[in-house]
Amino acid sequence: MKRFRRHGHESQRDRLKQELFQFNKTVEHGFPHQPSALSFSPSLQLLAIGTRSGAIKLYGAPGVEFMGLHDENAAVTQVHFLPHQVELVTLLDDNSLHMWTLRAHKGLSELLEIGRFTLTGPPGAPPSVTRVTAVLAHSSGELLLLGTEGGHVFIVEVPGFRELEERNISLDQVSTSVPEDYIGRRNLEHVEALQENPLNPNQVVIGYGRGLMVIWDLEKHCAIQHIPATQQLESVWWTEDAAYILSSHSDGSYCRWMVGVEDLNDEEEKSDIPYGHFPCKAISKIVQLPAEEGPPFLFFSGGMPRASYGDRHCITVIHGKTHVALDFTSRIIDFFVIRGGSHHTGDPSALVVLVEEELVVIDLQTEGWPVIQTPYLVPLHSSAITCSHHVSAIPIKLWERVIAAGDLQKTHYSKQPWPITGGQSLAPDPPQRDLLLTGHEDGTVRFWDASGVCLYPMYKLSTAGVFHTDADPNDNMNQGSEGEWPPFRKVGCFDPYSDDPRLGVQKIHLCKYSGYLTVAGTAGQILVLELNDEAADQIVEAKVVDLLQGQEGFRWKGHTRLDVREEPVQFPPGFQPFALVQCQPPAVVTALTLHSEWKLVAFGTSHGFGLYDYQQKNNVFVKCTLNPSDQLAMEGPLSRVKSIKKSLRQSFRRIRRSRVSLRKHHVNNAAKLQEANARLEAELAEMELAPVQRKIEARSSDDSFTGLVRTLYFADTFLTDSSHNTPSLWAGTNGGCVFAYMLRLPAVEHRADEPVTAQPAKEIQLMHRAPVVGIVVLDGHGAPLPEPLEVAHDLARSPDMQGSHHLLVISEEQFKVFTLPKVSAKMKLKLTAVDGSRVRRVGVSWFGSSKSEEYGESGLVVLTNQGDVHVVSLPSVKLQVQYPCIRREDVSGIASCVFTKHGQGFYLISPSEFERFSLSTRFLVEPRCLVELPLHSGSNKRRIHSDGGSSTHRSTRLDSEDAEVLQEIQKSLEGDQTSFLENNVKSAVA
Amino acid sequence: MNKNHRVPSNRSLSAVEVKSKFGAEFRRFSLDRSKPGRFDEFYGLLQHVHRIPNVELLVGYADVHGDLLPINNDDNYHKAISTASPLLRLFLQRKEEADYSTFGTDSLTRKKNTVLSAVLLRPDAARKKAPVIISLPRDFRPVSSIIDVDILPETHRRVRLYKHGQEKPLGFYIRDGSSVRVTPQGLEKVPGIFISRMVPGGLAESTGLLAVNDEVLEVNGIEVAGKSLDQVTDMMIANSHNLIITVKPANQRNNVVRGGGGGGGGGGTASGSSGRSSDSGASYYGYSSQGGVGAAASMPTHIIQNFPAGDLDSDEEEDLVIDARGQAEPIRRASSNYSMPLLPRYEPHLNLRTAASSTSTLSVNANGTLPASGSSGSLSNTNATSSTPSPERGTERRSLEEDGTVITL
Repeated sequence: MKRFRRHGHESQRDRLKQELFQFNKTVEHGFPHQPSALSFSPSLQLLAIGTRSGAIKLYGAPGVEFMGLHDENAAVTQVHFLPHQVELVTLLDDNSLHMWTLRAHKGLSELLEIGRFTLTGPPGAPPSVTRVTAVLAHSSGELLLLGTEGGHVFIVEVPGFRELEERNISLDQVSTSVPEDYIGRRNLEHVEALQENPLNPNQVVIGYGRGLMVIWDLEKHCAIQHIPATQQLESVWWTEDAAYILSSHSDGSYCRWMVGVEDLNDEEEKSDIPYGHFPCKAISKIVQLPAEEGPPFLFFSGGMPRASYGDRHCITVIHGKTHVALDFTSRIIDFFVIRGGSHHTGDPSALVVLVEEELVVIDLQTEGWPVIQTPYLVPLHSSAITCSHHVSAIPIKLWERVIAAGDLQKTHYSKQPWPITGGQSLAPDPPQRDLLLTGHEDGTVRFWDASGVCLYPMYKLSTAGVFHTDADPNDNMNQGSEGEWPPFRKVGCFDPYSDDPRLGVQKIHLCKYSGYLTVAGTAGQILVLELNDEAADQIVEAKVVDLLQGQEGFRWKGHTRLDVREEPVQFPPGFQPFALVQCQPPAVVTALTLHSEWKLVAFGTSHGFGLYDYQQKNNVFVKCTLNPSDQLAMEGPLSRVKSIKKSLRQSFRRIRRSRVSLRKHHVNNAAKLQEANARLEAELAEMELAPVQRKIEARSSDDSFTGLVRTLYFADTFLTDSSHNTPSLWAGTNGGCVFAYMLRLPAVEHRADEPVTAQPAKEIQLMHRAPVVGIVVLDGHGAPLPEPLEVAHDLARSPDMQGSHHLLVISEEQFKVFTLPKVSAKMKLKLTAVDGSRVRRVGVSWFGSSKSEEYGESGLVVLTNQGDVHVVSLPSVKLQVQYPCIRREDVSGIASCVFTKHGQGFYLISPSEFERFSLSTRFLVEPRCLVELPLHSGSNKRRIHSDGGSSTHRSTRLDSEDAEVLQEIQKSLEGDQTSFLENNVKSAVA
Repeated sequence: MNKNHRVPSNRSLSAVEVKSKFGAEFRRFSLDRSKPGRFDEFYGLLQHVHRIPNVELLVGYADVHGDLLPINNDDNYHKAISTASPLLRLFLQRKEEADYSTFGTDSLTRKKNTVLSAVLLRPDAARKKAPVIISLPRDFRPVSSIIDVDILPETHRRVRLYKHGQEKPLGFYIRDGSSVRVTPQGLEKVPGIFISRMVPGGLAESTGLLAVNDEVLEVNGIEVAGKSLDQVTDMMIANSHNLIITVKPANQRNNVVRGGGGGGGGGGTASGSSGRSSDSGASYYGYSSQGGVGAAASMPTHIIQNFPAGDLDSDEEEDLVIDARGQAEPIRRASSNYSMPLLPRYEPHLNLRTAASSTSTLSVNANGTLPASGSSGSLSNTNATSSTPSPERGTERRSLEEDGTVITL
């Protein structure tokens, strides 16, 4: 640091800051919150998802992803790729249409919005006339057909959004050609569906809400055929040979109609209610696709018997004798089918279903239709995330063992490769292997490969097996008995229901060198686990630790301890628990750390902390930090929640009472009504007027939860004298207190039989009493001490033991450096006193310079309650940079944030999505991908045929007129593509 | 392992160790905690043990917060005995040489941040002039003060609350609100932070310097404009040991009248301006019309210049470090870059205080609440201890104080 002290070091430092720090939000992991629309482009092999918040996300091959956000804060209701183009159209809740494109720039594609459009009706027309309900992207790639609530179909030229008024199909034009007996006096209602003839792009079928379908010729501008269905229409599908139209209806039926070109009366009708007899729910979408051999595949969603299974979310797949009702755990948004063969015209190969909480892909080529594991869009929240822990630079050996353990859990997945393959990922291989561990409410810990753009699930550890829980773990598997109708099959992994909230995982610590893992939960349980490649039967012995240490007069009103299974439990290969500590009172574990070299685990709750020797399975010591007058901490979490609930309930009841009285008397007593009204108003006014106020009071030792242990830290440092370093344990509490214990470890050869001892050495009471959120010891060079075993594995420089060490205590309000072993204040940085923000999360990171390979420095990364991230230099504790990161109202986002050792971080932007950000110029994980239209003219021709729905060898019905049109379209398409190619080349050259 | 810390308290139950210092001499003796006797007996005892029978003495002791407080009557003598844990440290001065300014909050720790005794009986050579003493602070310690009257517009008031060493709660609440400002564009409504409630008997109320609906403009020299209620709350709590709030009082009748014409161009010399809205306008202009010094942006530096150096330092609160032997000592600051120049800036401020007669080192307010607030210093302590509700509660407290040597010492 000395070289910066010279004159003019400020500007040098500023330049260095630019080389070290840079803030980027790089990629979103997980499953989009509240998806609302789905589309797939067979030619690009890309999947698009729109969300209620107006985001649009595109996914192709793993690593290929794009994201866009509409400026309007409106839900995306429909997404449509323009056939054979790189454009897509979105329809929003506010009736606006948006054109997006994937434009290549410097060899990478980016998703850009290139146009927006809102239908305008004739002056004076009601808004329903132009309210878009159905969109058809015509296979020519030049036309967009927009069906509206008023029953009109507007035709718009794309990508420029030019209205072709002369080609619009108005309701009047249609109804004049419909037989009188059908029309009657009733309205045709809105346009529910628009479908193109797979063989003749000039023909489209328009499905009206009331049931009528009209086949319309775009060229001749007239109706060709009417299909007079009588039930409320839900969806329409034109079979690939163009011979039939399938329609699905709100009563749970679907019909097949023969398409006869001339004779209106000669159509054949075949109707079926698949789950019939009793009233059924609507079939919202129906798809039929041919198979090379055998009968076609039929897919439809919904249609369940209303009374018995009306609450199920099902998609039925029927192929010959095979009939399965796929039963999802959340609402179905939409689905599509991917077809095999080189031109995507072969047998259906995979069914892709977007449900509210996950994306499920079913392999239709393998017997039994297994699920294909998704490489992205994984539901992080299949059980609610309760904590997360990031471990950087995992050694290859541990990595492979975790993968091997995970593979054994994935045997029920299909072996087929991921069927969506669009685009190519150009991102460099990640420089290291990173693990993100998430703890969940159901007691599981999930291991994610967080090295690259895709957060890929590696392995899942369940801790519930150690305990007796109310629910039978096989509960879910028992269903699907023989002969059940409908033939349900549960799919998907989203399961938000936790059997026992006490199982929830609250803290995780993994030693990447030794493979020891410790996991702590809501009911004061701390498990120590070891990676084992073999399955094993073992008894996990519980050690109950009393953290109250004889403090009397308290009653724990919270939950009870978990019941431990006393019989041997079989643990599958992977992380297997071998030691268990249970805190008494069983309060949630608030701090946890593991030292694999010393084989010690330290844990803390709101009552105190303890040190556990997992080699000897013996508790070394316990320290009670509880303030005797702190009743809240004693009562446990439940009573507090109850009181909040109670007061809420009371206030609701009060309002309701006045409303009830209002309702009761409103007929006979106007005066009373007024009175009640006035009272209600007064009450509401009082509610609004009661100002939000904050108490200004210095913290005192009597505050609640001052004893809550916030952080625990192991360090080999100079605790008592400056010539001998010793192992030590540090603990920081909510009340601004730091406790330091000197540890005596027996020599290695006696480690198994001689006891580990601990001796209190130091206590620091910070006068500002703010919660201590982090403790770090800095070595003689001012660098943070390395992790245990890091030096032994030659992965870190050994710490400097010559110079004097320093203790850095991070409270919510300030950063303070003390000398060691004599704890005297040396420097500090105040945060709260200056700008009113408080430290919420803190981590130590290493930042490499973008300019010179060898220069780098350590720093503290800090997230405040205002949602800003700061970097604070070490050891000088000076503020380096500050960036706004999270909205300050997003409390759960701020609480979920976790930092990596290389200046990146993750936080939850919704229950199911992590946002990844980077503060480092050197470590940046972001998608870099390229999507291009398939360009080979030979296959291009084929593809146009196929996407048009036809294949030459089967199209016996293709007449000459159709062929001409087809060729025309093909030509224009090719023209477009070559010009696109030229553009592409130009931009690449530029 | 807890036992280490409990040792002293066993002793403290029976006897009080007394370490008395006069000049360079120390005397040690012990007193029975349960039967301390009267002050004059004690005074005689001191004269006896120091062998200075005919010397008029000023007796002071170091209280649990490290403040030097006087012993001159039965009440404060008993208080001193009862709070000694376990050692009672006394400092004796000849009355004629007494340096009264050493009494009060932070007085022992403020200056050198070293051993307590070093402060008292070494007359500060650096000080050229004896400070003007407005009244003998025998029974008092500062609770609050109005500061920086010379640089603030008359419509604003900067109040310092000495929480340190008080058992009284700060005792006020703040809320969001809006205030009207006059800008070149006309009247403008801007969000602001206001005092919403005073806790009866709290420090804030007892000073009489703050009132409900006063607008909070700054906290320890940092403007609150643009900050959320929660941020301002956190700032105040973070500064609670030495809280300096600049407010625009809702009641503008009791503003400090500045002598002479050094003030801004705004509201003239009459303190009680009539309308509130005109006040706010005037004050804002007055504020900025003081030129670069008074401009909002430069406020922080300006304030720092006006604070006594000791004040700044006192806010550097002393963390307590207890090592394995269970003895507490305030942290010594490593000498490196923290040796602040002591006191030279103190004098101009004092001069100002004499000039502006309405401000003193004690809480003085023009609206006549002085007696009530002034006496709250030492009385509050006795009140607080005597008001522990039940004997049971009392013993519980005691047990708290036992590892309390750790927590609260």
